[in-house]
Amino acid sequence: MTIAMVDGEGVSFRQRAGRWWPVVVLAPSLLASFVYVVVFTLWTLYISLSNSGLLPSYGFVGLENYASLWANRRWNIAYNNLFFFSAFYILGSMAVGLLLAILIDQRVKGEALWRTIFLYPLAVSFIVTGTVWSWLYNPADGVQMLVRSLGWESFSFALASDRNTAIYAVIITGIWQSSGFAMALFLAGLRSVDPDLVKAAQIDGASAFRTYRKVILPTIAPIFLAVAVVQIQFAIKTFDLVAALTRGGPGVSTTFPAIYVYDLMFQRGQIGEGAAAAMMMLAALAVVLVPYSFFVVWRRRRESRHG
Amino acid sequence: MADLSLARVADPEAAAAGRRFLAGRIAIYGILGVFALIYLAPLVVVVLNSFREQPEIARNGLINLPRSFTLEAWSSAWGSYCIGGTCEGMKRNFLNSLAMTIPATIISTLLGALNGYVLSKWRFRGSEALFTLMLLGVFMPGQIALMPWAFVLGKLGLTNSTYGLVLVHVIQGISFTTLFCRNYYVSIPDDLIKAARIDGAGFWRIFRKIVLPLSPPILIVTVIWQFTGIWNEYLFGVVFTSGREQPITAALVALTAGGTTARTYDVMSAAVLIGALPPLLVYFFGGKYFVRGLTQGAIK
Repeated sequence: MTIAMVDGEGVSFRQRAGRWWPVVVLAPSLLASFVYVVVFTLWTLYISLSNSGLLPSYGFVGLENYASLWANRRWNIAYNNLFFFSAFYILGSMAVGLLLAILIDQRVKGEALWRTIFLYPLAVSFIVTGTVWSWLYNPADGVQMLVRSLGWESFSFALASDRNTAIYAVIITGIWQSSGFAMALFLAGLRSVDPDLVKAAQIDGASAFRTYRKVILPTIAPIFLAVAVVQIQFAIKTFDLVAALTRGGPGVSTTFPAIYVYDLMFQRGQIGEGAAAAMMMLAALAVVLVPYSFFVVWRRRRESRHG
Repeated sequence: MADLSLARVADPEAAAAGRRFLAGRIAIYGILGVFALIYLAPLVVVVLNSFREQPEIARNGLINLPRSFTLEAWSSAWGSYCIGGTCEGMKRNFLNSLAMTIPATIISTLLGALNGYVLSKWRFRGSEALFTLMLLGVFMPGQIALMPWAFVLGKLGLTNSTYGLVLVHVIQGISFTTLFCRNYYVSIPDDLIKAARIDGAGFWRIFRKIVLPLSPPILIVTVIWQFTGIWNEYLFGVVFTSGREQPITAALVALTAGGTTARTYDVMSAAVLIGALPPLLVYFFGGKYFVRGLTQGAIK
């Protein structure tokens, strides 16, 4: 609820000045956010419609950059990869995170230790994770070499070096990095479920599995959404992970829009087309972002109506 | 859930339940153990390799128990290893990252706390819409902002400078910090604020005396989130800086990409750990509060 401003005659100077503080405090951040969100987006949109090459220029060329972008096979692969990766990465992280959270919720011993183990990858960068996993995937030095040296000579583990499977290497590494985060959120959700509700289900004779499926998981449904939204944040960052893990290869098999934008803008001097690619990334995001922000606004309204 | 251990009475049904319980326990710890192994293995491999001698790694393999011990890799990675022509190790980039991350974290957290305070306790007409606008910043992919930032940083004379990255990260971070703090402050009872106002306390006094003392849980979350996020960021670092001015993430990629020569896993392992250590330390000391606070603030 908004606090009613104290109105009336005997308002001191301090109080009147105080009325402006909220606006004064908020203004710089607002201005910065406005420039960052609105101006920068429109700016990039404009560049994407211009004939910018090595340097930005402002000759209007309409949708030419978009046409040449979509005519490019590599871009199409990159765009497909983004959706393929995001879907498996988000579902994978959630599945692993939920499994770990439920297991830890069974009053296991040493809970803090388990949690720390599963959560620490979140603290390190995709660069660090990608680098180290690229060594493990490397057939000459990594897991394959280890197993072969133990005597299984025909063992093959070369996910990241095969163009058909490299994307799975990226997905697995991504899940490793962020499933702990999902676990932490799910665990907190499980802990917030009303114990009476659970007890009632057990008295009714529901099995543990049924209790989870019918009682506990539905009550923490909002957490699923929260986890998904945060994971999409990470999915957008595929630039870091891929840059360190596979550098888009082998061939173009793990190219992502983020990598492609960077290449166009800073390696190949095609700024206009790079901006078009960046706008397409935003479009992909908007598919998720627009419904979600409507949902947030709707929920906030309801929240404030109920005090 | 499963431990309805009423197995004190010695009847067959209870015994069966006890056996089921035991089997369940074994399964739980078994699965957790397997996952723990997968989660820890990469860290263990890197730590061990950073203390091994490169010839021994080459001979016995990357994933193997160490049969040599040296601190050579660490000192080389820190101060003398060659990355793209300059042989100064990671030291300079490490300090760049510190000089970038610490101010950006502090500034964006302070701004977030103030914004969150206004947007939760001093709402005005249209403030919700403004909050939504700021929220959009959370979702902005960095790629959209690359060209505009390059132009702005150029105009400000902050190209290839740590200060430029501080600016970028502060502005990008405001949306996160505001979101966290706003969602947390909403749960401070309005009556508390109202009472203070009746007592004549103004905007700043209420912030200092009531809101700030209640803030540590969310400030810890925000600081950890910002510190790890900014330290680990790569895209802006690699685009807006080069060579000696690069933050450590960009330097790490430059180092490990180092082309044709045989891979020096010892030095690379030490370098990776140098790059991972600060956020890991922050996490180990604050992780407990992070999870607790995150669920109070971020997830609403």
